[in-house]
Amino acid sequence: MFLGQVVGCLWCTVKNPGLTGLRLLLVQPLTPELRNTGKRLVCTDCTGAGAGEVVYWVRSKEAAAPFLPVEAPTDATVVGIVDSVRLNRPASLENAPC
Amino acid sequence: MILARVVGTVVATRKDPRLEGKKLLILKPVTPEGKDEAGYVVAVDTVGAGCRERVVAVAGSSARMAEGCKDTPVDTAIVGIVDEVRLD
Repeated sequence: MFLGQVVGCLWCTVKNPGLTGLRLLLVQPLTPELRNTGKRLVCTDCTGAGAGEVVYWVRSKEAAAPFLPVEAPTDATVVGIVDSVRLNRPASLENAPC
Repeated sequence: MILARVVGTVVATRKDPRLEGKKLLILKPVTPEGKDEAGYVVAVDTVGAGCRERVVAVAGSSARMAEGCKDTPVDTAIVGIVDEVRLD
């Protein structure tokens, strides 16, 4: 799972039947320090997350799991809205010996 | 899923029998603002997208979950035609 921020949404009238009724969000991946990292991507949503919210999202085939038994053709899904992130030490020291 | 623009088609006479009847399109990834990004990808079309249309494509094994792609050798499928992108 990864951290991200909802930065937009998109509409598709014509879509695969498996995506019917699902919200599509634009998500900007974040580092644990909540800085932008990587390219924005399109995610389906099972939480009702809104603009600007920090969320966590899953990728790969597991992204379809929240919508079972419907097999939604999605490879990224927002599965949670983040309340807070606590880092015990700066990420710059991540590789330093404890 | 990625945002992309349809830039061309692919014709293949000899192919896996499970790909017969499927439309193959060349996609160029784009940013939400519409600017081109690096690289190209060939995707199976499940929605009837046309040239220059902006689409949403799903990659990896999830592509096989798209209707019409069950049990086919596909790793990228177009699953939606984008009407509008709104950046908040």
